[in-house]
Amino acid sequence: MTAPASGTRELIACEECDLLQHLPKLPPGTKARCPRCGHTVAMQPTDPLDRPLALTIAAAIAFIVAHTTPLMGLSVVGRQSSTTITGGALEMWEQGEQLTAVIVAFCAGVAPGGYILFMLTVLLAVRRPPAPQWVGEMLRWGRSMRPWSMNEVMILGILVALIKIAELATVEPGIGMYAMGAVVVLFAAIMMTADPREAWARIEWADAEQSPRHGPRGGLSEAGTA
Amino acid sequence: MRTATLTAADAGLVACEKCDLVSRPVEPAEPGYCPRCAAALESRRYHSIQYTWALVIAAAICYIPANVLPVLTTTALGSVDSDTIMGGVLLLYNTGSWPLALVVLVASVMVPLGKLGALSYLLISVQRGHVTSRRERTRLYRLVEWIGRWSMLDVFVDTFTVALVQLQPLMSVEPGPGVLFFAGVVVLTMIAAESFDPRLIWDASVRSAEARHA
Repeated sequence: MTAPASGTRELIACEECDLLQHLPKLPPGTKARCPRCGHTVAMQPTDPLDRPLALTIAAAIAFIVAHTTPLMGLSVVGRQSSTTITGGALEMWEQGEQLTAVIVAFCAGVAPGGYILFMLTVLLAVRRPPAPQWVGEMLRWGRSMRPWSMNEVMILGILVALIKIAELATVEPGIGMYAMGAVVVLFAAIMMTADPREAWARIEWADAEQSPRHGPRGGLSEAGTA
Repeated sequence: MRTATLTAADAGLVACEKCDLVSRPVEPAEPGYCPRCAAALESRRYHSIQYTWALVIAAAICYIPANVLPVLTTTALGSVDSDTIMGGVLLLYNTGSWPLALVVLVASVMVPLGKLGALSYLLISVQRGHVTSRRERTRLYRLVEWIGRWSMLDVFVDTFTVALVQLQPLMSVEPGPGVLFFAGVVVLTMIAAESFDPRLIWDASVRSAEARHA
């Protein structure tokens, strides 16, 4: 695999303190930290394309199972009730808390679902570089979905609800619960193996003339003017 | 640290917030667009301090009804019972699951308060141009960013309690208006943390250090 501009040490600025630094060539499986503030400025996963793709596909399957099977069931004096994630948000809506229902649906469904979709699109599209410009847009969207995907918070919330209700009735965790646990683990694994820098290096530049693909790279690129 | 510390802004360069590419703008005051991803470039997040303050204040206002108004109303065999967030914690404690009560207390009471306090402190220290404990303040910012989502815990607890306990006429649980305000606090503080620019912590120090040497 030929990495673009691998010979030159790349100039980067720390995202959190703006310190300019040359990024050394990282051996696989290592990370680089900013010498001033300690922020992780870059990482070099051993297999930055195939592994996150496999994990994302697994996460997509687990996510679908988690959303279609009951999370937990409850029985009290012969009466049964069970709920899914969508069911939870729907009940909130019907009980008059529409805005809360929207927030729950976003954090539990839209954001993690969107993250999986965007990651799948990006990881598939960058396999044949150069990927078109819109792939960068997808990558950006995926990144902004990440803090709002609250799978692990939801799991803990469900567990607390289960224990609270266990006082009053018999509760049982459903298949959805286990699938959700798998989603949490897979999300963490995707984060650890996917490298946005690798993806960006395979995406077509907006200003094609500045791209390292076209012509030798004479130092820094120039920003476009408005 | 005595090493040469040159930031992108000092060198007249701009790092793209979206794709991290460092480029040289023709006019640093109006940096234009990233040549790689075409996003609008800005050296520091636009009006970061004002936006963050506005969101922190809005969240602090929401925090009051979030704690005073009930989050859950339980109807069981004719008796009606309303619970606030603290009421829910006490209920968990009284039923013997104190570890759980502690988790909910930390996530629902201490984390939102701590976040409001931490963000206010970061904003004030940047506005006053503090030069001390920059690394620690950056770490505090990272903690605020990471921990924010966990406050949503109570909203999920309430949602799934409501969804599951619908056994009319035996027992039913309805959400109260406090849930929305509480979710509001979490969302507003998360956006506040995102709009704060941690590079400002280091800018102030550089400028004051230069002033001291001059």
